[in-house]
Amino acid sequence: MIGKHLLSMDQLTKEDIIEILDTAESLRQVTDRPIKKLPTLRGRTVCNLFYEASTRTRISFELAAKRLSADVINFSADSKSSVSKGESFKDTAWTLEAMGVDAIIVRHGSSGAPHQLAKWVKAHVLNAGDGAHEHPTQALLDLFSIRERFKEFDGLKVAIVGDVIHSRVARSNVKGLVTMGADVTLVGPATLIPKEARSWGAKIEHELDPLLADLDVCYLLRVQKERQNEQLFPSLREYSNLWGLDNRRMSKMHKDALVMHPGPMNRGVEIAADVSESERSIILDQVSNGLSVRMSLLYLMLGGNEGEDS
Amino acid sequence: MARAEERDFVLKAQVMSPDDVRRALTRVSHEIVERNKGTDDLVIVGIRTRGAPLADRIATAIAGFEGADLPSGALDVTLYRDDVALRGPRSLEATTVPGDIDGRVVVLVDDVLYTGRTIRAAFDAVLDMGRPKAIRLAVLVDRGHREFPIRADHVGKNLPTSAEEVVKVHVEEIDGEDAVLIGEYR
Repeated sequence: MIGKHLLSMDQLTKEDIIEILDTAESLRQVTDRPIKKLPTLRGRTVCNLFYEASTRTRISFELAAKRLSADVINFSADSKSSVSKGESFKDTAWTLEAMGVDAIIVRHGSSGAPHQLAKWVKAHVLNAGDGAHEHPTQALLDLFSIRERFKEFDGLKVAIVGDVIHSRVARSNVKGLVTMGADVTLVGPATLIPKEARSWGAKIEHELDPLLADLDVCYLLRVQKERQNEQLFPSLREYSNLWGLDNRRMSKMHKDALVMHPGPMNRGVEIAADVSESERSIILDQVSNGLSVRMSLLYLMLGGNEGEDS
Repeated sequence: MARAEERDFVLKAQVMSPDDVRRALTRVSHEIVERNKGTDDLVIVGIRTRGAPLADRIATAIAGFEGADLPSGALDVTLYRDDVALRGPRSLEATTVPGDIDGRVVVLVDDVLYTGRTIRAAFDAVLDMGRPKAIRLAVLVDRGHREFPIRADHVGKNLPTSAEEVVKVHVEEIDGEDAVLIGEYR
């Protein structure tokens, strides 16, 4: 079983991941029906607690909860909320708890914030991205999208390219892919690959070109443009020349190989516009699969008796 | 309390043999067509888990004696149950209902009719997929003890039971052999 909270991919076994993906597969059928709603979580309340900007993750969670008939509250820590008046994370958490929410989906700029939140509240906590630590639901939807095309993970060659050091998507994906038996290589300038990455079970390379022909999946990370000022790479143009996926590079990949990106994209930097719209790109599938995977998690975590599962 | 599946099932009697099951399903198949005055608009939908293979067999039987191909499918009602919160999340199986059910006659098939709660959930599941002209219910065994005002249109065998007793239906496709067993959990 997944456990009460979803904080990190570390907590999931291969069997857990398969259960989540299989359940998501069954739930996906709902999307194709005229009535896209299930009564399963009627009477439950889910709160999106977002301390960082987000479009797809927040909307995806909101829609997933609504499709299962849960009530949804959206809380963004911006100028309109009590956070602007100086309310602490802990007080916000207790306020939500006092209103009786059953689950809190949290995104926070600080690594470990969801773990802390889970200690304060009785509600289920789902990590929707914490600092440079983890983004487990992104990894699960990526695993779902890969499984949809390749069926098996054993020996699948996946390269995760770019700013690994600041990427929670990379951390969660490496853990998930390694758990499932894929062969993962992190690719990027030495300044953007953390030293401890080898202990995650991934290989490290600094050049993309020699790897392309063997790759089954080329997963591009968003270049966080603000990092340019930290002198971690010379310029966006230089980055694009060495690690960006353009048509020329893509043409070296085998015919069934996939291109993935967690979004939002910097077109022309880590990915060329025509690559992102090519047949190999499953970037929009990733988004639609995110909905099924999040429905699956909400069902598996909230579907039980509140009194018995702690 | 231990969950039912974790306790030992103590067999009291086998109440239907493979031949009994076959004959009952054949009769039910004929009744469905007779009641419907033919096979027009019929869709046979089994409730997972063990209703699904029974629905396939009924559809095949009807196709055999009526010479008309009959759509059949399977329905997982887990997400519509009223006891999700009590029993916890259970793994889901695919729902495969063929085509458009608007204006058609959906015959739900289940192995055992007991409290009626599963059928209530199935109504909601079917209505979320369209607006059938009618929903009918065929079951292999009706063991009584209804908690909702629900009855079956076609029954393979009426089986009086006490609430403590457990009725198990085995089907060849899942359990290796057809049988209806009665017993208790100890």
